[in-house]
Amino acid sequence: MTSLSNNTLSRWSTDELLCWSLRGIATIAGTIVMLIVVFLIVEALPVLHHVGLLRFFTDPSWHPAEGLYNLTPMLWGTLFAMTGSVLIATPLGILSAVFCHYYAPSVLARPYRRLIELLAGVPSVVYGFWGLVVLVPLIAEIQPPGPSLLAGILILTIMILPTIALMADASLANVPQQYLRGAAALGLPRWATIRGVVFPAVRSGLFTGVILETGRAIGETMAILMVCGNVVQIPSTIFDPIRTLTANIALEMAYAIGDHRAALFVSGLVLLAMIVALVVSAEWVSRGRMYG
Amino acid sequence: MAETLSRPQNLREWLAFVLVWGAAGLVTAVFCWLLGDIVWHGIGHVSWTFLTAPPENAGRQGGIGPILASTSLILGVCLAVSLPIGIGTAVLLAEFTSDQSLFGRITRRSLDILAGVPSIVFGLFGNAFFCKMLGLGFSILSGGLTLACMVLPVLIRSTEEGFRAVPASYRLSAAALGLSRTTTLIHLLLPAAVPGLLVGLVLGVGRAIAETAALIFTSGYVDRMPESLLDSGRALSIHIFDLSMNVSGGDTNAYASALILVIMLLAINGTVSWLATYGLHRKIMTV
Repeated sequence: MTSLSNNTLSRWSTDELLCWSLRGIATIAGTIVMLIVVFLIVEALPVLHHVGLLRFFTDPSWHPAEGLYNLTPMLWGTLFAMTGSVLIATPLGILSAVFCHYYAPSVLARPYRRLIELLAGVPSVVYGFWGLVVLVPLIAEIQPPGPSLLAGILILTIMILPTIALMADASLANVPQQYLRGAAALGLPRWATIRGVVFPAVRSGLFTGVILETGRAIGETMAILMVCGNVVQIPSTIFDPIRTLTANIALEMAYAIGDHRAALFVSGLVLLAMIVALVVSAEWVSRGRMYG
Repeated sequence: MAETLSRPQNLREWLAFVLVWGAAGLVTAVFCWLLGDIVWHGIGHVSWTFLTAPPENAGRQGGIGPILASTSLILGVCLAVSLPIGIGTAVLLAEFTSDQSLFGRITRRSLDILAGVPSIVFGLFGNAFFCKMLGLGFSILSGGLTLACMVLPVLIRSTEEGFRAVPASYRLSAAALGLSRTTTLIHLLLPAAVPGLLVGLVLGVGRAIAETAALIFTSGYVDRMPESLLDSGRALSIHIFDLSMNVSGGDTNAYASALILVIMLLAINGTVSWLATYGLHRKIMTV
């Protein structure tokens, strides 16, 4: 990449102008994140001031009108839904990618990849709607009430599956040909090659995919709001309704005022912190430090 | 080859075969179920009147005319703001900063984080910044600006790719001819990078159309025909959400609206993959 670096002997004043205006524009783009963080903190400050951070975890319940701000049930809701869906979507997504590369005849591989791409483009509100009218009644037949952690996990799984599948697909495409030829020369059958040669080679790519899908699972709002029932409680079975942090914001923001509104911004901050942690760890992995 | 394998090895291969095909089959089946269900229930209600008529009785009857208008206005605001910023930033990152420079690294890192920020957090931010602080209220303008922040990372990433796909010889020849970098950029690099730009544009539009959570507290719920950018307007995705959650008996119109939304997104996705396969490819091949 020959970038025209700044110390090129350029005689043109327009270049100078262009460069500085581009820097100005890029600064706007770069500061949006800062703006978001600053605004979340500014809006959250009043309640952090009155109530303190600790009470968000020690209060007896979430009743903002009475000044009780316990976020833990929502945190658990987010964590349960996230863990469940990541556990199901990861193997399915990776197997999907393996199917595309090593099992499917080429007639099938292309349409299948296209299908995954389409799945990635379906808006979350459509997934949520489908979950609400199809999945929830089905679950209600097995075990009422229907809107439940299970419904949330299933919908999230379908939503984050394309992320891991496409990421794994891209990693598998980068496996050096000589690895595969080497494995073939050793007489390794297909699955033994994939398990023993391909997977170790693409480990960091797969890990990045898992991190990306986790981020998506944490941040998803509408679909999960539509199928989870939104009862503030720590679920005891997967058929219990739950409420996630994101759904909580979406549900209560419309009428929240004062400390209640500020408390919702606190949960926004918590979400943002989770995502930043994930992005940083993704970077760590992609630099290869993870495996030395 | 198979007969040289020991028995458990053979069993493992067979099991893996079943698992891989099973996973692919399952994913395909779910996809067909989802899409089939939407098309099956929605197609009967989609008509020209449905697309143009205003919603009646909280959306149970009538069409989605004003909602489509609001959606396109929100999209228009979003693109009018995000395109110049996105292209400018992409040009700077791809052409005017080296990968090692501090400024480039910081900008890129913050864009990576921006790409991962949950949409509901964008909604909170948009509500606090555009609606309250800038005093825009619940309006199409606030919604569009919030979406612009959201699509920027996508837009910048693919535009940057587009610029990086332009061969270095272009820049070297232009420099050898004594062209200013501005001229090189406008007359050589920008036209050559158009496919990448288009992919970014279409991906951004896709993300913006699909968005719901960021719009609830910024552009609002009002389903009348918007008269100015400062009016509140209901986006299509919010309409689907509202019909299915808050309006009993709104399911048929929700199905039809969902079908319209899915069709729009399928068209957008089709354009992206067409551009990515043919557009970019041909551009590079002609060099």
